[in-house]
Amino acid sequence: MNRIVFRRLALYAVTAWVAITVNFMLPRFMPGNPIQTLIGKLTGQVTPAEIRSIRLSFGLGFKQGIFGEYLTYLTQLVHGNLGVSITLGAPVSTILGETVPWTVGLIGIATFISFAIGTFMGALLGWSRGSRFDSLIPTFTFFQAVPYFFLATVMLLVFGSHLHWFPVLGAYNESVTPGFNWPFISSVVRYGELPVISIVLASIAGWMLGMRNMMITVIGEDFVLMAVAMGLPRRKVIMHAARNAILPSIANLSLAFGLVVSGALLVELVFNYPGVGNLLLQAVLNEDYPLIQGIFLVITFTVLVFNLIADVAYLALDPRTRIQATV
Amino acid sequence: MKAVRLPKSPKVLLGLAILAFFAILTVIGPWIAPYNPSATNFAANLNPSAQHWLGTTSLGQDIYSQLLVGARATMIVAIIAGLIATFLSMTIGISAGYLGGKTDDVLSLTSNVFLAIPGLPLLIVIDSYLPVQSRSNPLVIGIVISLTGWAWGARVLRAQTLSLRNRDFVEAARIIGEKRSRIMFSEIAPNLLPVLASSLLFTILYSIGAYVTLAYIGLTSTSVWNWGTMMYWAQANNAPLSNEWYWFVPPGICIALVGTGLALVNFGIDEFINPRLRAAGLTGRTYRALGLPRRVRLGLTPVVRSAQKPVVTTPAPELVSK
Repeated sequence: MNRIVFRRLALYAVTAWVAITVNFMLPRFMPGNPIQTLIGKLTGQVTPAEIRSIRLSFGLGFKQGIFGEYLTYLTQLVHGNLGVSITLGAPVSTILGETVPWTVGLIGIATFISFAIGTFMGALLGWSRGSRFDSLIPTFTFFQAVPYFFLATVMLLVFGSHLHWFPVLGAYNESVTPGFNWPFISSVVRYGELPVISIVLASIAGWMLGMRNMMITVIGEDFVLMAVAMGLPRRKVIMHAARNAILPSIANLSLAFGLVVSGALLVELVFNYPGVGNLLLQAVLNEDYPLIQGIFLVITFTVLVFNLIADVAYLALDPRTRIQATV
Repeated sequence: MKAVRLPKSPKVLLGLAILAFFAILTVIGPWIAPYNPSATNFAANLNPSAQHWLGTTSLGQDIYSQLLVGARATMIVAIIAGLIATFLSMTIGISAGYLGGKTDDVLSLTSNVFLAIPGLPLLIVIDSYLPVQSRSNPLVIGIVISLTGWAWGARVLRAQTLSLRNRDFVEAARIIGEKRSRIMFSEIAPNLLPVLASSLLFTILYSIGAYVTLAYIGLTSTSVWNWGTMMYWAQANNAPLSNEWYWFVPPGICIALVGTGLALVNFGIDEFINPRLRAAGLTGRTYRALGLPRRVRLGLTPVVRSAQKPVVTTPAPELVSK
């Protein structure tokens, strides 16, 4: 078990390093000069100190060759220094500290709900393969093919601004004071409902179809036939098969997570949710390169941490991996 | 000569029909568009009417024309990206699976890294550094998208290659002394054709999503009409909140339909690769016709218990006469 965890850790360490290096390399090797763009965008008087801080945030500005610059860049990162946002004027790490919790909460809860319901329904669909429920599959596929942001826009329009079932735009009512008090928390939950529902709707089909296909494969195994032959009640047989079919779903969790995050970032834009996705799009519109890069790193690292959690869960659930590791 | 078997599954036929429709639209869309999509010489914010099937934008552009013209740009980028990504995943996946050893370690690590990095943020970072004039170039955008979309296919192809590499025909080719590249791309690759096809459809699906998303957040040239830029302008002009559904809903539906078509055809390929996914080769209608219980019996082949007439492979005469 330790060896497998170690291998995964090594993979994620390499991934993190690649992400950092891409961040470092892009401003240097892409055509065009982002630093000139940035300085050009700073209206009014630009002090030499400002130019220097911009260059520093790209790891530039030291006469030490590319490797030296790279080392400086890494040192700055280790100290949590992601540079200063051009448009917001605050350190990128401070801005991210305010936005990341919203995104992690929103996407985390939505992914959990979507995974739980999708897997459960997928197991039932796989069990009753060939029944009339199979005709639901094209419908789910349609939902899967709809871009997240489009589905979110439609839901905002129909349930938010037409039917007024849900409050829209923002993460909480402006009239409540943020803090650990009941009105604030209930307001956050209320405002989160529609974004969560739209992410769940957009992502649930993937889990469902994956689980259905695995379930069908597992149902063909001897142990399921054995369970039926033993006369176990149907509910127990389904549980028995589903426990085995769920493993690839969990193994794929880490892959799917990147996709879900990518889609969900845009849902924030639609609902004007104060998370990382919204911030990223503002940064893109304003060509705020330090902010874009900082957000990219933070999103990547967060996804990697979640992947690691999913991997550990997989190890805990599948005894076979533990046996393999000890042999 | 083997006759081409038409897929029987209604899911796959539906998918093929949708794809055929949009393939035709890609070709003729810009020709049949009634107006120039960028011309602003109509009244603004018209509701759908006979002259303007989907109304006009707040700049007085014909939305229906934008939809037709946009089909081509959207599909071309998606197909370019899909082809490049599938080529990458084929080369990398088969090499990793067949060559093994250190090569496999390095290539597998690379694809795992690309799988773990969330694709859209990476795309946004790369794209935001592209000079503005390259953002309207379908080839550049296609290459950038393919960079983030090849890894999944490579992983699947590597696994499939591993299962093929010790088959007799590969051994035979090795013994005759064929070159490694020839074994990989002339012996193994043709046997992976269904997997390659499925991978191509999947990456095209991914590319449409990625391209439209980039366009929607304004990272491609906003003067090139595609379904994403349409939604970008709709969002920028607050169409969703001011009830101009005819502005932002049609491109979204088109994207979803193309995606559904691709995914449904992909189901067909999946069922071809993994026969267990086929509903025992029978559709609901055949079940009814044969008087079988709809619920599939676990692990057992369905049996016709009313033994008056044997299970026939040719349709019953009354079905033929219709």
